[in-house]
Amino acid sequence: MAIVNNRLTAEQYEANFSDIHPPFETRNAALVEANRCLFCYDAPCVKSCPTSIDIPKFIRQITTDNLKGSAHTIFSANIMGGGCSKVCPVEKLCEGSCVYTLMDEPPIPIAKLQRLSTEKAIAEKWPLFQRKPSQNKNVAVVGAGPAGLSCAHTLSREGIDVTVFEKESKGGGLMTYGIAAYKVTPQFCEDEVNFITSLGGIVIQYNQELGKTVSLSDLQQNYDAVYLSVGVGLARQLDIPGENLRGVEDAIRFIYDIRTSGFPSIPVGDRVAVIGLGMTAIDAATQAKRLGASEVTIIYRRTQDEMPCTEVELDLAKLDGCRIVWLAAPQEIVGQNGQVTQLICNRMRLGEPDASGRRSPVETGETITLDVDMVIKAAGQMPFEELVSINQLENRKGKITIDGACSTNLNGVFAGGDCVNGGKEVVDAVQAGKDGAKAILAFLK
Amino acid sequence: MADLSANFLGIKSPNPYWLASAPPTDKQYNVLRAFEAGWGGVVWKTLGSQIKNVSSRYSSVNYNGNRMMGFNNIELISDRPLDINLREIAECVRLFPDRAMVVSLMADNSREKWHELIAQVEDTGAHGLELNFGCPHGMTERGMGAAVGQDPDIARMVVEWVMEKATIPVITKLTPNVHSVVPSGRASVEGGTNGLSLINTIQSITGVDLDTLVPNPYVAGKSVFGGYCGPAVKPVALKMLTTLSQDPVTSRVPISGIGGISTWKDAAEFMLLGATTVQVCTAVMKHGFRIIEDLCEGLSNWMDDKGFQTTDDFIGKSVPTITHWEDLDINYHIVAHINPDKCIRCGLCYIACEDASHQSINLAYGKPYNTYSIIEDKCVGCNLCKLVCPVDNCITMVEQRKGDDYLNWKEFQRRGLPLNDH
Repeated sequence: MAIVNNRLTAEQYEANFSDIHPPFETRNAALVEANRCLFCYDAPCVKSCPTSIDIPKFIRQITTDNLKGSAHTIFSANIMGGGCSKVCPVEKLCEGSCVYTLMDEPPIPIAKLQRLSTEKAIAEKWPLFQRKPSQNKNVAVVGAGPAGLSCAHTLSREGIDVTVFEKESKGGGLMTYGIAAYKVTPQFCEDEVNFITSLGGIVIQYNQELGKTVSLSDLQQNYDAVYLSVGVGLARQLDIPGENLRGVEDAIRFIYDIRTSGFPSIPVGDRVAVIGLGMTAIDAATQAKRLGASEVTIIYRRTQDEMPCTEVELDLAKLDGCRIVWLAAPQEIVGQNGQVTQLICNRMRLGEPDASGRRSPVETGETITLDVDMVIKAAGQMPFEELVSINQLENRKGKITIDGACSTNLNGVFAGGDCVNGGKEVVDAVQAGKDGAKAILAFLK
Repeated sequence: MADLSANFLGIKSPNPYWLASAPPTDKQYNVLRAFEAGWGGVVWKTLGSQIKNVSSRYSSVNYNGNRMMGFNNIELISDRPLDINLREIAECVRLFPDRAMVVSLMADNSREKWHELIAQVEDTGAHGLELNFGCPHGMTERGMGAAVGQDPDIARMVVEWVMEKATIPVITKLTPNVHSVVPSGRASVEGGTNGLSLINTIQSITGVDLDTLVPNPYVAGKSVFGGYCGPAVKPVALKMLTTLSQDPVTSRVPISGIGGISTWKDAAEFMLLGATTVQVCTAVMKHGFRIIEDLCEGLSNWMDDKGFQTTDDFIGKSVPTITHWEDLDINYHIVAHINPDKCIRCGLCYIACEDASHQSINLAYGKPYNTYSIIEDKCVGCNLCKLVCPVDNCITMVEQRKGDDYLNWKEFQRRGLPLNDH
């Protein structure tokens, strides 16, 4: 057993990381589905989209060969509508509430149709939006993830000049760095960021990190308002013995490396355990398998009824050959010569519901032991508590507190996205950015 | 098993389905294959003087992904030499003596030309003639086709010429490009025609190409009005057919119904409104001869279900139910009812009623699913919600009469009853 890279041939890597949701191959194929759409009034799909994209309208526009109008409809509500069409868990959002599901019929493939219009718009660089004349106001946005870019775009359309400070060398945030490569390619992420900034009025300064190269007080002084969209980033620690052994890695880092280096350069174990069953856990487990691990086991302390990922995601992991061990919580990681060899888990049972309404796992006293050479921790991400506290931002365990107008306790400093809610979907962050921009526009008046 | 056989003026066919005079019936090769597939008869594509066709010839109207909802053509009568046509007709009659062979004719405008053509066609052994008084393009400019059918006096005169010579049954095919088909129909019957058929195609432009800005079909940068047919024209054809069935003169002769017939249901509807046989073209141009199987099986099963043993049992049966508006019962009142168990919360009924009818559907907000219900005292029973609802039998119209007695508009006015107060 060993953790090694370069396990597969170039063809295998390409096949394993090719687009998992391929686009419609022809206009005709798209029209068959688009024409199924009933054009619902006050449509359930729209109400189930955090950004309220007018889905019936954009699908109708596909059927009338008004693809530009269709893309405009989507991007007006969600400037990352291209990326969202690839990464949204639509089975629990728009598609999950499509009225066809009430007939036990397959829902309209909304994401796939959305991808049709948005990909074309991005590829062909359609200038769908025009800025209003400059208002001679400057806003600093910290973090070029979905919330930050959405906020920046909304502000710039209204004539506000925006500078975005991004600690990485590329924009897109978790879209670029935190999502399985078979869902969205780095190239697409870059094109999407360029599409957003092509509006003008948005300058992204890369490799600028809040608290290191930029200070909040400077931003407050130099800009008319500040929007914080720094996301979350630190993997939750397991706080169990053996966590520092070689072969223990956090999922965020693992996925970040996959996104930023070539697939062959990423080392992976023979037998990998993934702790947790959120979307990130699925992304880590499936990609470990696709990098050539022979066995991947997902450890989850509750049951399928409580899991945070969707059924679709779970099926994805199962189809990739990942094994799930339900009702098991990591107790100790055992190693030899500083390298992981075993993961010991407590057998759990379900007790009373906790604050989230889900039944809490309770230890049974039994243990199970898995022979593994790699452990990937995906038990959630922690907010940047230290950064937030140092800057005197009111917070709850690191999550920035905002009022109904997206304002922090500091005058002129607004916040939104994962750094406020602790981590939700990309589409939620896009909406947060829109809300933040609206609040900032009101503040600047 | 129901008996599907038809007898139209003594022209017998094993079923009431004839192929209309059109490209599928212009040669022996096609007609034999149609007969092998099971078609009851054909009306051979119109014979007349020599013509030349152009390219392209067809265009269509698509709707929400369905192709050829409507179809038009600018093709003329047969462009094949007359002697070849006559030889092939004779051969088809010889090979399939049990099928109806009617030949469509459009002679030049003289008694002699008509007589000459009729004599030649009768020599083939064909069972009947159909006079093409309906072709709306190309031939009309030469004073033929619809130019004859649009003027009752000319129609009567030409029918008279034909009847002087013809020894086999004559069907006159009427054009729909008139305000009413009845005057030409009456003139034709008065001129002696044995039967009528309708409708021929409707003059049309199916659309304009938004790149070239030239209407369809495109011929070297130009287009012309074409003849419209296919499923889109069925309602127009049914109405025109019914006016012939209601008229005391035209209803004296049998009618062959034409216009958008694609399924056995369409055929049953034409026959219920007075057609003895039906003619099909566009559906075959789209799908081929093979559709004859379901046309026959579906009609037969329906007849069994309804207890009809022969087609005569139901031909014309629906005609008496078409009345005058002023004879409709005003006391008949229905209101919509939404079955909440079937409702899929699409809101289509709500927005249709709200924007286009009587604001009689209530929306109870829900996330993501609203609940819709009928405000009964505002509902006028227009059917719109039921028509837009994508779920069968989810919205039903429930009878709630305004009064027990039959009350028509004339009586309503005589009694001085009040108009709506909203």
